[in-house]
Amino acid sequence: MQRPFLRLFVTPAALVAAGFLLAMAAILQYAVLAHIPGELTPGGFTLRNFQEMLKPLYAGVFFDTVRLCFLTAVLALLAGYPLALAMVRARNPYIKSAILIISVTPLFLGEVVRTYAWLIVLGNQGFINGFLLWLGIIDRPLTLMFSTGGVVMGLVHVTLPVVVIMLSAAISHIDRDLEKAAVALGARPLRVFLTVTLPLSMPGIVAALTTGFAWTFSAFATPQIIGGGRVNMVSNLVYSLGFSSFNFPFAAALSIAGLLLTALSLALFKLLLRPLERMGAK
Amino acid sequence: MKYAFRALVVALLGFVLLPAVVACVSAFDTRALIAFPPQGFTWRWFHRALTYEDFQVGFVNSLYVAAIASTLAILVGSAVAYAIDRYDFAAKRVLEAVLLAPLAIPHFTIGLGALIVASQVGAARGWFVVVACHVVLVLPFVLRSLYVSLKNMDPRLESAALSLGAKPGRVLLTVTLPGLAPGLAGGWIFAAILSFNEFTASLFVTVQRTQTLPVAMYNYVREYADPSMAALSALYILLTTVVLTLANRFLGLGRILGTEDVRH
Repeated sequence: MQRPFLRLFVTPAALVAAGFLLAMAAILQYAVLAHIPGELTPGGFTLRNFQEMLKPLYAGVFFDTVRLCFLTAVLALLAGYPLALAMVRARNPYIKSAILIISVTPLFLGEVVRTYAWLIVLGNQGFINGFLLWLGIIDRPLTLMFSTGGVVMGLVHVTLPVVVIMLSAAISHIDRDLEKAAVALGARPLRVFLTVTLPLSMPGIVAALTTGFAWTFSAFATPQIIGGGRVNMVSNLVYSLGFSSFNFPFAAALSIAGLLLTALSLALFKLLLRPLERMGAK
Repeated sequence: MKYAFRALVVALLGFVLLPAVVACVSAFDTRALIAFPPQGFTWRWFHRALTYEDFQVGFVNSLYVAAIASTLAILVGSAVAYAIDRYDFAAKRVLEAVLLAPLAIPHFTIGLGALIVASQVGAARGWFVVVACHVVLVLPFVLRSLYVSLKNMDPRLESAALSLGAKPGRVLLTVTLPGLAPGLAGGWIFAAILSFNEFTASLFVTVQRTQTLPVAMYNYVREYADPSMAALSALYILLTTVVLTLANRFLGLGRILGTEDVRH
């Protein structure tokens, strides 16, 4: 087989891949080195970084992170499914484009702009409190900032676009003749949805849940700004260890543990969701 | 039932739009604090956002980084996507997996890794690390966009040109590249927007001098609470919406993102 320009095409990408692997290797290496307070250069080999992580302070952050990621992925799925379904099934091309653009724009705004906007929504003098006070439902502002609820709202907003993209890709692959057949056989719309559309979109749902989980794990600005130090995720811990304590070895060890934890959670997810995924494969 | 579903979809779109709308409205508040509803009307914060030095420097830095990183990513990515799609070579799957891995790895981990490597080789945190980091991060998106284009292109066109006696270089320039144009344009825009907005990894690898706009915005939010950030966000939202609408109009956003089944 002729392969013109093969070397020219592959070499630059191989260099990029090598650079990336180098960075990952550096983290692995730092994770098992000792931190010498007041020094940037790490000391010798140690496993203390990983022992340190078992302390309640750090283990708690890991637990909170997994809980937040799971909650966010599920909520983003619940919010994303109707959007994806409406977008794929819209007959009017303008409505289709509008739903697509509105749903994915947040993805392109970047985490800082989005999180800042949430400050104005959630703040003590923000939109939600102002609105509820005006309606007379509450008589003093609710604490939404620096709370788990506020962080989850921000995280769902961050994760939603990806979930919508994954779901709509899956829903657009569903053979509509199957739904038409169900309708022709007399099934009501809700029954068609529950027995045909929903089972057939299961692979997309599983993909959306796992991607949503991993995506949320990666969030930094949202928990950092909305959580304000009171709701912490692994990302915030890594940052503060690196840039406040200059303890890069421990930050590296936490990153590694974070990666392992995500991989483990996703594997567990896949295992638990396998029966669901099979539903769609039939 | 039908109306209940529509109402739900409208409510969800409202949830997605809410922060953007609230930020845009707050940008005109006359008070120097984060509050809603705004009082009065002023363009003052737009003026401050546009003349604030860190934002100006950050904007120019982000523009350079996004332009260079997305161009490098599209050059590297299109070449390797073509090779992966059309050729067989040693360690092909491994290379592909490594190039797509940044999708699954948190940006803070990649940023931390890049920072450690830079400090180990003794290089100061300069432009090279920032650009390299962005190339690694946007490359998977470029690859995905190009795979779609490659799948939609008939390889027989190239075989035909070859069998008619065209040299491989000529086939590449006159058949392959024009055929891939939509994927190249889509992937390039996609990469440029993502790089322009990248925050977490940039926070780790930039210093004051190489600060990108998102990092400058983050630092501003931590220190000040006036609506300048709201004004800048409003401009950001406007610009991004325009770019996305144009991308959708001319390139088909659904095709770039894979939300539409191209076979239908």
